[in-house]
Amino acid sequence: MKKTYKIEVDCANCANLMEEAARKTPGVQIATVNFMTQKMIVEFEEGHEPAGVMQDVVKACKKVEPDCEIFL
Amino acid sequence: MQELIVNILLAAVALLAAVLQLIGQKSSSGMTKKQKVMLWRILAATVLLLGLQSLGTSVFDSLGSSGRWLRLALYLVDYLVIGYDILRKAYKGIRNGQVFDENFLMAVATLGALALAVYENGDYLESIAVMLFYQVGEWFQSYAVGKSRRNISDLMDIRPDYANVERDGKLEQVDPDEVDIGSIIVVQPGEKVPIDGTVVEGASTLNTAALTGESLPREVQTGDAIISGCINMTGLLKIQTTKAFGESTVSKILDLVENASSRKSKSEDFISRFARIYTPAVCYAALALAILPPLVLMLGLGQSPAWETWIYRALTFLVASCPCALVISIPLSFFAGIGGASKAGVLVKGSNYLESLSQTRIVVFDKTGTLTQGVFEVNGIHHNEIENAKLVEYAALAESASSHPISKSLQRAYGKEIDRSRVSQIQEISGNGVTAVVDDHTVAAGNDKLMDRLGIPYISCYSVGTIIHMAIDGQYAGHIVISDLIKPTSRQAIQALKSAGVYKTVMLTGDAKQVADQVAEELGVDQVYSQLLPADKVEKVEELLARKRGKEKLAFVGDGINDAPVLGRADIGIAMGAMGSDAAIEAADVVLMDDDPMQIAKAIKISRKCLGIVYQNIVVAIGIKLLCLVLVALGFANMWLAVFADVGVMILAVLNAIRALFVKNL
Repeated sequence: MKKTYKIEVDCANCANLMEEAARKTPGVQIATVNFMTQKMIVEFEEGHEPAGVMQDVVKACKKVEPDCEIFL
Repeated sequence: MQELIVNILLAAVALLAAVLQLIGQKSSSGMTKKQKVMLWRILAATVLLLGLQSLGTSVFDSLGSSGRWLRLALYLVDYLVIGYDILRKAYKGIRNGQVFDENFLMAVATLGALALAVYENGDYLESIAVMLFYQVGEWFQSYAVGKSRRNISDLMDIRPDYANVERDGKLEQVDPDEVDIGSIIVVQPGEKVPIDGTVVEGASTLNTAALTGESLPREVQTGDAIISGCINMTGLLKIQTTKAFGESTVSKILDLVENASSRKSKSEDFISRFARIYTPAVCYAALALAILPPLVLMLGLGQSPAWETWIYRALTFLVASCPCALVISIPLSFFAGIGGASKAGVLVKGSNYLESLSQTRIVVFDKTGTLTQGVFEVNGIHHNEIENAKLVEYAALAESASSHPISKSLQRAYGKEIDRSRVSQIQEISGNGVTAVVDDHTVAAGNDKLMDRLGIPYISCYSVGTIIHMAIDGQYAGHIVISDLIKPTSRQAIQALKSAGVYKTVMLTGDAKQVADQVAEELGVDQVYSQLLPADKVEKVEELLARKRGKEKLAFVGDGINDAPVLGRADIGIAMGAMGSDAAIEAADVVLMDDDPMQIAKAIKISRKCLGIVYQNIVVAIGIKLLCLVLVALGFANMWLAVFADVGVMILAVLNAIRALFVKNL
């Protein structure tokens, strides 16, 4: 399943870090952060509940970039 | 003297922050809450710093020994006001194992400078000012990037906000998402067509510039299909929708463009990898700069180690090293390039394709529908005894029962309503032609075989195309040549490609060799492969792909109808005239909304310009950074210069990136 989330992040490098963090989160197959449109596109692995996985993604992203915001 | 300059600079910053804060109160400024808070902090810290500077050291000295600590405390408060978030982020970074980022660089540099100042009871100004200017720079970066991001998005925004639906005789504005397929919507002059559909009432002129980049208006009338995203210019239109909003052209295009920058190019990957190596590298370099030279001085040369000088240089080195300009400007350039291209009617599906497009050296065309109009038209009438119009009229009437493309084109050439009552005894002779009685004359229209069959002598034609011989009442009456017309700009387009650096143009076609060769010669195409089946086209493209050298890329241009496999196989698949064709939009990497072949060269030029800007930014940003680092290491530059260099390069790079948006005169 593929979902798009709106995000708020200030710098392109931070967006890269968020992308990496999201990709490493269990349950995420592919994650792309689009800094320009301020969007995160997450493709979930089968059998994982997006809502639960996204909680972890938010946590992982906050860890690398405390200022970021993901609107679930 | 320097003190005066610093004070003026600080006053300017305070004034600027105050003015910006006022501007920020207006909602149109687009400042985020975070940016406004930061402005307050900049303002407060600057005013406090100015106050402390104007008090001078003498006031504190008169307080005795406690004065020194009071002074430190006040400066420290100021430092924290401006820099607490940097310290916090640096701390969090260390705790999370992300040690080397720009926050860490700034925290270490300013804390280090502060510590040096405490040790000497000297000038705290520098470390606070560096933090202050860094924050000012960050603020501008975030504002400029946010603003240009929004500008580009606005430019591309062809999204209609509402659809007019007639309910109980009154027009109501509803969300286009809520309009069902088959409903009737009303589009007034000046409004955007929100959903794809068919005109059921009214006639008007449409401005398709937002979709195709083509400013020539397009006429529509009742019965015509209409595509969302066009602007209705003159008359009121009632449209029956044929698609849901989400499936309409305008939504598809927006979706495509917005997601385009998610597909990263090699240059972008290079930058993120570069940043990952670069930051730790400069940190170690700074550490080496702080330790090695003093050790060498002390142990090797027996001189005083001058620790303070070298530590200061190392800290300045850290300030100068921020990679922001690079990291920010590359994706911004691509985004602007894709935005600019879409304004010109060239949809690029990803930064990676924009990059490949700029490396295109071989362009392979599908003939029909790309270089030619794909519509058969009467191209010539020869050896006729009666008037041209009369001959076409007889031919059209005789062929009136057929739905073959050839007879369709004859009927189009005739241009008037066909009066079937004038025709009788129509006989179709498969593979030969037709005979019929028109206005009491026996008319035969067909190929050589038909004439042979009827025993009528005919004159062969040297023109290329489909020849229709005509015989009226058993007498040869001349022949009509029907061929696929070459688009008026095709020849020019091939020339433009050549001058844009494409060294080989190839044409693939299913047509007969004679036809293909003539078209190729007329257009100046280098190579032709004719009589190909669709599968052969893939094979030919593969052959060409195998033969290309090094980094050069092969682009295939088709009309997206039968050539999806070829579009997928080429390095870059370009579909043209795709307005309204979903299949083409799906299959291609680059979609030309217009069917003008000149757009191909334009797309390549746009990509060249964008990539040029990307390389300029990479080279200039890295170049200035390295120069600064060398100057700092040699002691020719202080922390002030380092901060200004960082902010300056960043602003230049962002401005340069915006240039990619302007593609009109390419």
